[in-house]
Amino acid sequence: MTADVEDPERRDVLVVAASAFAAVGAASVIWPFIDQMNPDAGALALASTEIDLTPINEGQAITVMWRGKPVFIRHRTAAEVEEAKKVPVDDLPDPVARNENNPGSPATDENRTLAGHEKWLVMVGICTHLGCIPKGQSLSDTKGEYGGWFCPCHGSHYDTSGRIRKGPAPRNLDVPPYTFVSDSKIRIG
Amino acid sequence: MSSHESSYEPKSATAKWWDERLPLPRLMNDQFIDFPTPRNLNYLWTFGGILTFCLVAQVVTGIVLAMHYNSTAADAFNSVDRIRRDVNFGWLIQPIHAVGGSMFFLAVYLHMFRGIYYGSYRAPREILWILGVFIFLAMMATAFMGYALPWGQMSFWAVTVITNLFSSLDQLIPGLGTSIVQWLWGGYSVSGTTLNRFFSLHYLLPFVIFGLVILHIWALHVCGQNNPSGVEIKTKSDSVPMYPYAIAKDAFALFAFLIIFAWFVLFLPDYLGHADNFIAADPLVTPPHIVPEWYFLPFYAILRAIPDKLGGVIAMFASIAILAFIPWLDRSPVRSTKYRPIYKWFFWLLVFTCLALGYLGAKPAEGTYVFWARVFTFYYFAHFLIVMPILGSMETPKSLPGSITESVLGKGGSKSHSSGLGGAPAGATAAPEDR
Amino acid sequence: MMLQRKFTPLRTALVAIAAFGFASAANAAGGEAIHYDRHDWTYGGVKGQFDPIQLRRGFQVYQEVCAACHGLERVRFRNLVEPGGPQFDEEAVKTLATEWPNQIVDGPNDEGEMFERPAKLSDILKGPYKNAKEARAAQGGAYPPDLSLMTRARNIHTDAPWYIHVPLMMRDIITGYQEGGSDYVYSLLIGYEDEPADFELSEGMNYNKYFAGHQIAMAQPIPEEGAVEYQENAGAKMSMKQNAEDVTAFLAWAADPSLNSRKQLGWSVLIYLLITTLLLYFAKKRIWKRIKH
Repeated sequence: MTADVEDPERRDVLVVAASAFAAVGAASVIWPFIDQMNPDAGALALASTEIDLTPINEGQAITVMWRGKPVFIRHRTAAEVEEAKKVPVDDLPDPVARNENNPGSPATDENRTLAGHEKWLVMVGICTHLGCIPKGQSLSDTKGEYGGWFCPCHGSHYDTSGRIRKGPAPRNLDVPPYTFVSDSKIRIG
Repeated sequence: MSSHESSYEPKSATAKWWDERLPLPRLMNDQFIDFPTPRNLNYLWTFGGILTFCLVAQVVTGIVLAMHYNSTAADAFNSVDRIRRDVNFGWLIQPIHAVGGSMFFLAVYLHMFRGIYYGSYRAPREILWILGVFIFLAMMATAFMGYALPWGQMSFWAVTVITNLFSSLDQLIPGLGTSIVQWLWGGYSVSGTTLNRFFSLHYLLPFVIFGLVILHIWALHVCGQNNPSGVEIKTKSDSVPMYPYAIAKDAFALFAFLIIFAWFVLFLPDYLGHADNFIAADPLVTPPHIVPEWYFLPFYAILRAIPDKLGGVIAMFASIAILAFIPWLDRSPVRSTKYRPIYKWFFWLLVFTCLALGYLGAKPAEGTYVFWARVFTFYYFAHFLIVMPILGSMETPKSLPGSITESVLGKGGSKSHSSGLGGAPAGATAAPEDR
Repeated sequence: MMLQRKFTPLRTALVAIAAFGFASAANAAGGEAIHYDRHDWTYGGVKGQFDPIQLRRGFQVYQEVCAACHGLERVRFRNLVEPGGPQFDEEAVKTLATEWPNQIVDGPNDEGEMFERPAKLSDILKGPYKNAKEARAAQGGAYPPDLSLMTRARNIHTDAPWYIHVPLMMRDIITGYQEGGSDYVYSLLIGYEDEPADFELSEGMNYNKYFAGHQIAMAQPIPEEGAVEYQENAGAKMSMKQNAEDVTAFLAWAADPSLNSRKQLGWSVLIYLLITTLLLYFAKKRIWKRIKH
């Protein structure tokens, strides 16, 4: 009966307020369902790892896993450091340091390491071309024409500072975020 | 779909474009906005909406849990533990899913008892009711397999006990039961193989339920909803448009339901479960008391009440199957128990019976518990097979109101919407509501 | 008609309950029902929260008394630092991890061998045994279970007759009682006593008032005079009951580390739902006012 039905189009404050409250609840429920796909506490706990450097002698290198990726840690000799420092940045195919601890800086050897620890080179051991793991960590490995690392997949050569010198790789090997928690221990990530 | 005229008028050019190609807005308008719903519905009619919410909640939380769950015997329990401890908001999402299963059954039982009380299964709603029985069966299968997934002690042993039931078929055809059980298990005992296939089917069945629900709502909308008087909609004054009237009630009822849901999830997440399921499954250690989740307890009581194994299995399945026949077992001339004062007692006795069976299902099958389980099992079947047909045809019902409008507004326009005995019986004698 | 109005189904049901009064049937699993007392827990009920100082005392008891036999392998060292728990200092826990007696199996190393290494923050609190079989071999056939989920894997049951069940259930649901596991573990720890004269105690077993069957392989872990001396600032003094209560609280945290957030969220959600439900109720009433009903 139209006589006893008011205009249903009239929206009063109470109805609007109730609907708004209900909608807010529905919207706030969404966040947990999105956040659950983010890395869980277990993954976050492994987001950083501490490495003891004492067993690594000069001229030696180790590979550690960090966030599922190999990380090269090399205790460079004075000769290797010298050789890296001599190279003018303009000669480099990739002039950017690719160091997350010093973003955007030019690819001098200083910028590839941390201040006061130039003998220690820490890089993500994934070739920036198509993702193979370059050779050069162990003493018996071939080190390529620049004495650093050599990627056997497509022939990229990296120097003693991990910078690309020859071959198809476009960028220097990435330096991950890391700090020295003490002189003999680093924390990556 | 339903027999009333579509009142939808596409207003914009886009709306007209859609209307000519895939008239979803028209469907939404005709079925869920302008749809005529009886004006005298009480809050027991809000459970359809609540159940839809429960299904969506279970599917959403389930899909998200499946991103982290591992369905191998070696890691299932650990993966659920990891979800609770490490996954962001896992401590919230997992109990929503677990408690949600219980809430789903709470709502479905209230929904079913509403249907029985008001004769919502009567013609022309038989198919609607039977679809409901199938949805209930699918829910039970889904819940049973879902409970296996955490692979705790109760999960493992509940699966062992219930799948072992099928071996009773050996009494009918030698070897048949054992073959079926091994086929279910995928081996000679319950193992990770069983778990894996239960995970697959547990993921599948809710979508089968979803399809059945669509058919259920379709069947409902063909004849329209029942109402507390059992008298169908005849004139426009008998109904109100679904939006905003029924939607407003559904929204309020849903949030009231959510209070209970949230109370359990956030303050009592383990209350409805069993402590033994926090012990990893061990095939060599049987828990002292194997009990299913509360919503299966009445059926478990019926199963154990019959001394013969095959008999118990048949009785258990029969207790669900019999529901499908109610539309034909009930011989009363009126739909709604409101007008059947004697039958009303038996209805509440049925409710008490189901509660009693639930209580007994959790008790050990010994002594006086077995006796009472048998008494109540007898009454459960007697209610449908004896009381419904015989009392139905014998009892003289109270006079029905002439219409829904009359039951709401009364003959003289006074507000009375409970007993429907509005005034002089002129023209209000019970017209048998046949087809 | 008058009779019908007087004897509604509900009233009749209540009369029937009073008249029939089921006697409480004997508990299955052999003999009399064990009665457990409920204890006051800081984390109990709807307002409960863990007390970090108690959890630290409890961890000390776990470490000095229980860890010799029982693992806690679902808990990681970093959990001891995170909010909602004992909230130990991170550096202290790092040291604790490296000094933890049961090292983490890792590998294979470059020689292809598995090896053991000290734990880090992200590692589990390893138990003393590799697996259940080694535990049984060392413990004369008995298996000291991992305690990570113990307070959720146990519960206490009422021995009340059936018609008392519903009021009891209502009480537990309204008060948010979920500490049955804690009440059980606590009772067990303080439940050791000399066996009664007529009880036959098997070889190597110990009598415990609260263990099902009353015979438990574990010897009394916390003696009458207490087992673990607390420091000055620990907030409590050593006693058997204090040690037992503290370690139970710690285990309750180990089993349910998100309890604090869960109950806090519970209040926010409940208040939101109550307000919204009320608003929706009045909105419904406003909408329905448009027609006579």
